[in-house]
Amino acid sequence: MSTAQLALTHARYNLIETSRVPIAVIGSLVFPTLAFCLFVLPQSYVTQDPEMATASVASMVVFAFMASGLFSIGIDLAEQRAKPWVPFLRTLPALPGARIGGMLLATLAIGSLAMVPLLLVGGLFTAAAPTPADLLAAMALAIATAVPSMLIGFVIGTVCGPKAAIAVTQVAMFLLAFGGGLFLPPQMFADWLDTASSFLPVRQAREIVVDTATGAGVPLWAVLGIVAWTLVLGALAVWLFRRDEGRRYR
Amino acid sequence: MTALLSARGLTKHYGDVAALDGVDLDIHAGECVGLLGPNGAGKTTLLSLAQGLRRPTAGTVQIFGGEPLDAARRESLGTTPQATGLPESLKVGETLEFVAAHYAHPSPRERTIEEFDLGPLLRKQCGALSGGQQRRVAVALAFVGDPDLVLLDEPTTGLDVDARRALWDAVRARHAAGCAIVVTSHHLEEIEQLAQRVVVIDQGRVRADDSLSAIVASVARRRVTLTGVPAQRIGELDPTAAVTERDGTVEAVVADADALVRALVTAGDPFADLTVRGATLEEAFLALTATPQLKETV
Repeated sequence: MSTAQLALTHARYNLIETSRVPIAVIGSLVFPTLAFCLFVLPQSYVTQDPEMATASVASMVVFAFMASGLFSIGIDLAEQRAKPWVPFLRTLPALPGARIGGMLLATLAIGSLAMVPLLLVGGLFTAAAPTPADLLAAMALAIATAVPSMLIGFVIGTVCGPKAAIAVTQVAMFLLAFGGGLFLPPQMFADWLDTASSFLPVRQAREIVVDTATGAGVPLWAVLGIVAWTLVLGALAVWLFRRDEGRRYR
Repeated sequence: MTALLSARGLTKHYGDVAALDGVDLDIHAGECVGLLGPNGAGKTTLLSLAQGLRRPTAGTVQIFGGEPLDAARRESLGTTPQATGLPESLKVGETLEFVAAHYAHPSPRERTIEEFDLGPLLRKQCGALSGGQQRRVAVALAFVGDPDLVLLDEPTTGLDVDARRALWDAVRARHAAGCAIVVTSHHLEEIEQLAQRVVVIDQGRVRADDSLSAIVASVARRRVTLTGVPAQRIGELDPTAAVTERDGTVEAVVADADALVRALVTAGDPFADLTVRGATLEEAFLALTATPQLKETV
């Protein structure tokens, strides 16, 4: 079986496990929509403006993927590494890509599910009205640009112990969400913050998804940035996976 | 004949602690080797290096002539997760399928199910199994890939006698079919039941490496029990004896039981209820590892 096929198999069993304990993903599925309802919907100047409404829904979609990458992969992996099953999987004849890829695919699938209620609420209760082509392109790009966030989760889960992972994930999520322009639109940033922010993968993902949804052109710097982040973080994840010696010392 | 597993000067340090210290070891096709040693002796570390889970501090370990870190080398290697290591929400059948998906030529599914009597468990979630059932599934997973070499770390810890014997039968069947097996255990009976060759590891070093019978013979001790003679008297007759006394029954582990009995008869000591039996592997093992250094560290 090729590594790609094996990654799909890993993703399938990962999702089977998740579906048996659905409460674990309720947070990932509901939280972004809930946050949107509580923080964005009451601001009528945002929801009444088609462009701002579209941008806010798109930002929240990026947030949904980022949060599921950090929480589902980061914290979950840190916990699993302390248990014997993960070391056992590492003794099977599979390349790191199978396990990392499987985890990514499963989490992207859950993130895609979390996108559904968010798009429904955005479509029903705001003035957001992207063209169907822009909507589909933005959805696909939201999935593709989520890969760096998943890999950041993987790195945190591999480097940190279970308790540290929770703390690091929370800090990382706040910094990435705020710095990435998901809580406040980057138009409100000071110049220096806007410059710093443009180096963050989440900001790049936001630009790509928001600009695609609103029909504006996607800035080249964001595309180059996110490709670079994906390659660097992917290499880092494989390297960490290979040198990982687990959390057990005997 | 090339070795399936080959360690040369294998050393692993955790901080200041040397878990393994210059181990040389070869495991050949079709062997069944018992890896014996007290807790913390380095058995699990040795296996984790051979599985590619950790990297040696110094020295080398190879499996099938290559690096354990190279996934392709692990194609014919079987290992088992430690106790309670199964994914709780997957069903047993799914777990078998998932693991089998990693191998190009897995064992026929039915064979593994039959050998380890997993039929009744297939539709249960792993988290719903008893401890003994989990162990059975965990050990079966080592054989799913139709391996040539299987590393079993404490395979029957926590099992009752019947479950242990059933598991041994299944492992023996695979060994008879040509699979080499390395088993570590605290249950010395397990090593006696399964292994033909015994490697004793203590403080990260190989202390003995020989056939099962030779290991036992090399530390040949006999256990003499009798009544009617005080423990102190046995000590006078054989100063090397390890003597214990309980409720008037004296028990002496001695190198030469015949000499002790002759001495008792010659001296006219009024002994009764005399029994003499060979030492078990446990006793042989304790004699091998009971060194002054060990006692200091314990």
